[in-house]
Order: sequence, then C-alpha cells, then structure tokens
Amino acid sequence: MKNISKKQKSKYENLYYHPYKKNNIKDKLLTSISILFSTIAILPLVLVLAYILIKGGSLLSYDLLTNLPEPPGDDIISAGGIGNAIIGTLIITIIATFISVPIGIGGGIYLAEYSKGALFSKFIRFGTNVLSGVPSIIAGVFIYGIIVYTKIIFGSNFSAIAGGMALSILMIPTVIKTTDEGLKLVSQELRKGALGVGASKFVTITQITLPAAINPIATGILLAIARAAGETAPLIFTALFSFYWSSSPQSILEPIASLSVLIYNFAIEPYKAQNELAWAASFILVLLLLFLNILSKWLSKRTNLET
Amino acid sequence: MRNGQSSKFLLRQRPLSERLIDNGFKRLAIAMAAMVAIVLISIFLVIFLGASESIHRYGLKFLVISEWNPVTDEYGAFTAIYGTIVTSIASILIALPLGVGTSIVITEDILPSKLRDLIGLMVELLAAIPSVVLGLWAIFVMEPFLRPLLLGLHTNFGWIPFLSTEPIGPGMLPAILILVIMILPIITSISRDSLKQVPNKLREAAYGIGATRWATIINVILPAAISGITGGVLLALGRAMGETMAVTMIIGNSFSFNWSLLAPGNTISAMLANQFGEADGSQVSSLMYAALILMILTLIVNILAQLIVKKMRLKY
Repeated sequence: MKNISKKQKSKYENLYYHPYKKNNIKDKLLTSISILFSTIAILPLVLVLAYILIKGGSLLSYDLLTNLPEPPGDDIISAGGIGNAIIGTLIITIIATFISVPIGIGGGIYLAEYSKGALFSKFIRFGTNVLSGVPSIIAGVFIYGIIVYTKIIFGSNFSAIAGGMALSILMIPTVIKTTDEGLKLVSQELRKGALGVGASKFVTITQITLPAAINPIATGILLAIARAAGETAPLIFTALFSFYWSSSPQSILEPIASLSVLIYNFAIEPYKAQNELAWAASFILVLLLLFLNILSKWLSKRTNLET
Repeated sequence: MRNGQSSKFLLRQRPLSERLIDNGFKRLAIAMAAMVAIVLISIFLVIFLGASESIHRYGLKFLVISEWNPVTDEYGAFTAIYGTIVTSIASILIALPLGVGTSIVITEDILPSKLRDLIGLMVELLAAIPSVVLGLWAIFVMEPFLRPLLLGLHTNFGWIPFLSTEPIGPGMLPAILILVIMILPIITSISRDSLKQVPNKLREAAYGIGATRWATIINVILPAAISGITGGVLLALGRAMGETMAVTMIIGNSFSFNWSLLAPGNTISAMLANQFGEADGSQVSSLMYAALILMILTLIVNILAQLIVKKMRLKY
C-alpha cells in the first residue's frame, strides 16, 4: 500500500501547491502590490478626515456658529464666525434644489414613461450625459454671462439666485438619470394594471409609478444636493460672498456668503485667524456632506432589499 | 367615440378635464426634458458669443501664445492649455494603477469581505469631500510635507527638464497629486462596476484549466472589463481637466511658461476662477475663449467615453 501511494505521489507531483514556484511567487507579489495600492488609495481620506476633524473640531464653539465673519486684517486674533455662511449655503442649495428637481423629475418621467426610443429621447439622454461632464466652472461662466452680466433678474448682478441657478445646472443630470432609472425598475404590470382599471396616464404616473420609485429618486436628489452643497467654482463669480446676514427676503437678489466660498477666500489669506476659520468651515461642510452621502447610501440599500 | 353609439357596452368617455390634464402633463414632461438640450446649447452659445471678439482678434494663434498680460491687453492661453493637459494626463497615469488595483482588491476575494466593503465605502466617501476642502488641506498639510521630498527630487534629478526648477511651494506636481486624490474614486468605482459585471463562469473556467489567480485576472477578467475601465478613465480625464478649486489653490497661478513640474503653473479652470471676477473688456472675451477651449476638450473626452462604453462592450 505504502509503495503505491509513494508512486502515485511522484506521479501527481505537480498537482500539489509549491509555494516557491515562479508563478506562485509572482501571484503573491501581485497580491501584495494590489493591497498596497488600495492602502494608498484610502490613505488620503484618512489623512484629510483626521486633520479636518481634529483641527476643525477643536475650533468649534457657539460663537463660531452664530457670529459673522470679519473682513481679513481687521482683527488679527479673531476672524469672527461662519453663521451667515451656513445660512447662505442652505439658501443657495434650496434655490438650486427648487430649480433642478422639477426639471430633473419631469425630464426623467419623459424619458422613462413617454419616449419610445425616438431620436429626441436619444438626444436628451446623450445631452444629459454630456451635461453631467460639463466642468462646474463652466456652469459659473455661463450663469455669469447670461444672468450676472446682463442683470436680467430685477437688475441685480451677483445674487443668491444666480448662484442657485449655476448649482442647479450641475444637479439636473443626476436627478434626471436617477429618476429615469428608478422609474424603469417599476414593473410593467403595475403600470398596465393602473391603466386597466381606467386610470389616466397622469394618474398612473403620479399615483402609482412615482411613489413606487420614490426611493431611488430620493437617493438621486440627495446625491445631487450633496454635490451642489460642496461646490465652489460655480459660486465665486455668481453668488460672490458677503460679510453680512442674508435675512430679508430681498437678500436672495444680493451677494450671499457660502461655506465653500468662505473656505476658498479665507484659505488664501495670509492671516492665521482667517485660515483657522476656513478649517472650522471645512469641518461643518464635510460633516454635512458625509451625512448626506451616508443617508443616500442607506436609502439606496433599502431600495435594493425591496426589489 | 370610436365605438359609436351602436355599441351595447359603451366605453367610459374620458372627460375633457382629464384629457387636458393628461396632455398638459405630457407636454410639461417634454418641456422639462427639452430644458437639458436648451441649457446645453445655450451654454455653448453664451460662451461662444462671449468669446467671439477674442476669436476674431487672435484666431488659432491664441492656442500657442504663452503671454497673458492684462496690462498690455495681450492674451494667449498656451500656458494654461499646457497646464490643463499635463496635469490631467499625469494624474491619470498615477491614478490608473492605484484605482484599478483597488477595484481588483474590492471585487476579488483577496481580503475578507468585511474589509473589502470598508475599502469600497472609504473610496466612495473620498468622493464626497469637496474640492475646496482638499485644496485647503493641500495648502496647509500636503505641500509643506512634500516640499523636502520635492527638493530632494530636484537636487538629485535636476538635469531632467521636468524637474529643473527649485520647488517654491505651490506648483504643478502638488496639483497633479491632489488631482489623483480627486479622480481616484471615479476610476475605482467605475472599474469596480465593470469588474463585477464579468460573468463568474469565465473566472471558474480559467481556474479550472489551472490558471493562477493573477493569470486569471490579467488574461481573462481585465480584458473582459476593459471597455468599462477605459470609459471610466476617460470620464476621470474629463473631470481632471475641469477640476477647479483644489488646483487653483495649489498650482500657483503663474503665467510664465515653464517645462518644469516643480514650477508654478496654471490651468484653464484655475485661470477662470482667478480672473473672471475682476476681468473686464477684452480680458473677459479672452477668458471666454479659454472657457470654450476647456468646454470643447471635455466634450470630446466625454463623448469618446460614451462611445467606447457603447461600442467596446463585450457580450457574453
């Protein structure tokens, strides 16, 4: 018996795993390289987050959240707070959402429910993809050329509305795509059933298919808001910046502060107090964006479980 | 109506209001969809009309003149175009192996699945950090940390034209590195999606005929996913070209042309961010011309990306 097994072993020698064979060493080497690469890939997130949380978090105080920022150079020790920038980011993002969500959902409804693969819908799908690739600064240049420069909206040039419009251009493609894809996930039977019991197309869409696809659509809107709230480039020459509160309703026609523009303006100042304020604003902005992203991830996970 | 009055079972007549609402809703949806086309076309029109003065004045010479001087009112965008192309391509070359390597780690069973999910989540969250915050981090943390390394690079390899100047702080190389951080999530998530779509039977067949794990990945799985990865790389290239804030804050915004990557440079988007607010007259027109060039560059890259994803898709 023993003899046979020895014989067989030598016969099947190359079926055993040899750790020092050339191929296996190469395999191990490549595995370690890929793990090294993925470590390098997550390193920046860890470093950036750690720095922002420690540095920005340590500066956090009640005064910081409620005070106005002070113009650079006025006061060497303190740069004030970021209260108006937090409000400003909210106002601009809300304006952008009010513009982009109806357009995005309407366009998505058309693509998913009405278009029958005709040339127009192909062009719109293509245009949506192209629009999502347009650099954010171009959106700013466009709004500057069409709104700010011409003073077309009640004669005001730099304004919260202009900033919101620039951001909405970046949000529209995301909302259209997720609405389109979300509506396509709704089963055809549901639609036919609704039409079969006599509902009109309008009622079918608003009462049956849209509610059924609400999770992916909400995910898309959240992602779009998260992207817009962190954008700076479209705002620097549309919404500009302001050192005052934007409290009255007319103030949406005036320049407005935002967290991202505050970070940009104060980061390139030579004063330490202003730089610190930029770190504090980064802390608030990053927390807000991480919250929105994790919320949208949670929403999209719930969708996957249901379908 | 069509069944007429002779039919015994009359179909329900749709009241006028219902038909109006139905029709109106459809038209509204079409109008909203058309807004995409309108916005896209008007972006082109506004930028083209704004640039027309400068286009007439300089023509294609604008692309090769490197002087940008608001005082003498002479403008050429060569420095910015060179900066845009060099920073974006160099950052792709660095980010491609990192991103594809990471996506392989996420999709293959090299590590325990919990750890893989964590890596995937972290790379996705990296995309959530706004550009301006990365720029702030680059100015105050990354650049001071890098400077001795870059200085060492210069003293040892200064004979290479790309490393021929002494690093003074902001420059093209720090901008390239921050761009790598910004496009890594795009390359990783798109490669991961296309690797996930490769059918498992291909992998099993390769293992079955005795291929090792990496022989399978390199010869079977990567070629099957190549269209998606190429599309992702092109999308990332478009993003890198248009990326503004972090680059503006770290590249130095210099208009004197220099081959060296350690010297301060400029990109089209950085130039726009810096000058548009205070520009007037023919400077605005020249900036619009530069914006038009940026728009066309990103448009070409994006359309190419869409075509490649569509045409090169392997079918199983």
